[in-house]
Amino acid sequence: MKFLGLLTVLITGFLLIQAERDFPDWGDVNSPASSYKLSQHYITQTFAETSVPNMVTAVLADYRGYDTMFETVVIFTAGIAIIGILRVFGSNIKPDHPEVVLTKKKPDLIVETTCRLLIPIIQLFALYVVAHGHHSPGGGFQGGVIFGASFILLALARDLQYAQQWVPENRILNLAGIGIFIYAGFGVASLLLGGNFLDYGVLTAIIPGDVKDAHSHSMLGVEIGVAFTVTAIMFSIYSSLSSNGHMKEGI
Amino acid sequence: MVAIEALADKFNYWVYIVIMMIGLYAMVSKNNLIKKLIGMSVFQTAIILFYVSIGYKDEATIPILYHDQVHGAHHAEEGDHSDEGAHHDETHAMEAIAKEATHHGNDHAVDADHAEVDEHEADHVIDAHVMHNESDHAFEAGHGGLDIDPNQFENPLVHVLMLTAIVVGVATLGVGLAITQKLYGEFGTIEEHEIIEQLRTGND
Amino acid sequence: MIWIFDMIILIFLILTAFISLRVKDLLSAAMIFGVYSLLMCLLWAGMGAVDVAFTEAAVGAGVSAVFLISTILRTSRRSSD
Repeated sequence: MKFLGLLTVLITGFLLIQAERDFPDWGDVNSPASSYKLSQHYITQTFAETSVPNMVTAVLADYRGYDTMFETVVIFTAGIAIIGILRVFGSNIKPDHPEVVLTKKKPDLIVETTCRLLIPIIQLFALYVVAHGHHSPGGGFQGGVIFGASFILLALARDLQYAQQWVPENRILNLAGIGIFIYAGFGVASLLLGGNFLDYGVLTAIIPGDVKDAHSHSMLGVEIGVAFTVTAIMFSIYSSLSSNGHMKEGI
Repeated sequence: MVAIEALADKFNYWVYIVIMMIGLYAMVSKNNLIKKLIGMSVFQTAIILFYVSIGYKDEATIPILYHDQVHGAHHAEEGDHSDEGAHHDETHAMEAIAKEATHHGNDHAVDADHAEVDEHEADHVIDAHVMHNESDHAFEAGHGGLDIDPNQFENPLVHVLMLTAIVVGVATLGVGLAITQKLYGEFGTIEEHEIIEQLRTGND
Repeated sequence: MIWIFDMIILIFLILTAFISLRVKDLLSAAMIFGVYSLLMCLLWAGMGAVDVAFTEAAVGAGVSAVFLISTILRTSRRSSD
C-alpha cells in the first residue's frame, strides 16, 4: 500500500513539474493573471465606487458578497455538524476509555492571573480588527477568530465550566444564527427596496448619505454579522472537541 | 549568483509541488487518522501558496490604497469637474470627425493620420462612456480624479478567494477531528489497519 | 521581495512539513504543524498578501493547532507510523 502510494505521488509530481515549465515567470507583470481586466477594474475602481481603501475587503464584502454569505453558512454548518456528531446528554455519557482519563487539574496561579489581564485586551483588539477592516488588513473573519480565541483562552486557563458561564451553549448558537440573519437581512432589505439581492446601492433609502457611503456602511454591517457567526462557532467547536461532547469537563 | 536568481524565478512553483505531494502521500499512506488530517491541512495550504504566488507582481505593494492617494484625490475631484465637461465636448467633436473620415474612406496621408489619432482617442472616450453609463451613480469625478496604476498594486481577486479557502479548511478540519473522536470511542484505536481488522473480525 | 529570505523560508517549509508527518508522537506533530503554519504566514506576508497572512496566523497557528491538540489529548497520543 505504501509502495503504491509512493509510486502515485512520484508520477503525479513528475507530471506537475512537466506542466510547470509553461508557467510565466514568478512576479511577471504581464502574466495572464496579473493583466486580467477584471482585476485591473477592481484595483482602479474600488475607491471610486465604494470609498473603501482596502481592496480585498471591498471585493470580499461587496463585489463577491454572495460567496462570503455562503462561506459563513459553511462555517455555521460545520459547527452544527460537530455538535450533531459528538453531543451526548446526561444519561448517555459513557465513561472515558481508560487510556484517556484526564486528571482534574487545579487552576494554576500564574497562568490564571496572566490570562485575566490579557483577555480583555485581546477582545478589544478583536473589535478593532473588525471595525478597521476598511482601512487596514482585517475584517470580519480575522476579528471573529481572535474573539473566539479569547474565549478558548479563558476555557484553557480556568475550567470549561467557568467559560460556559460566560458563554452558555444555547446563547452561543443563537449568536451564530443572528450573524447569518444579519447578512441575509441586508440582502433581503435590498430586495424589498427594489434592487437585486445584496445590491447595496439601493439601500440609500435607509442609510444616510450617498451611494458610496451606502456601500461602505453596508459592508461594515455585513462584516459584523460574519464576526458574530465566526466567534460563536469557533468556541462551540472547541467546547465540543475538548469535552468529547458532554460539555462537562474540558482538557 | 545570476544562475541562482534565475532559479528563484520558478523556485516557488517547485516547492509548492513538493509540499503538495508530501501532503498527498500522507493522506494516502499513513495509518494514523490524525496524520491523515495533518496531511490534508498541508495539502490545502500548499494550494493556497500556489494561488498567492500567481497573484504576486514584482515591485508591487499591498492591495490597500495609500492615505495621500485617497485624501489627495478629494481635492482633485472638485477641480476636475469643470475640466472634464470641456474635455467631453471636445472629444465629442473629434469623435464626429473621426467617424466622418472613416465613412468617406479618405486616402490622403494627412487625413488618414488625423483619423487614426482621432479614432484612438475616440476609442478611449467610448470606453469611458461605456463604464460611465453602466453604473448610474453620481460619481463622475471618480473615473478621472483618482489616478491608480494597476501595476503598482497586487491582485486582490486572488487574496479574496484564498481567504475563503483558509476558513473553509479549518471548518473541514474540525469536522474531521470530531469524526476521529467518535471512531476512537467506538473502536478504541485510531489506527486505520486496526479498525479494519476489528470490522473484519466483528462481521464474521 | 528579498529572494534569499524567500528561499530559506521555503526550504524550512519543506523540512517542517516532512518532519511533522514523520514523528511518532502526535503532540509533537501538532506543534510542528503550528510552526509550518507560521512559516506559511511569513511567506505570504513577504509576498504582499497581508489579509491572507493575517487570517492564516489567526486560524492556522492559533485555532487549528488547538483543535488538533484537544483531539489528541482525548484520543491516543501514540502513533504507529
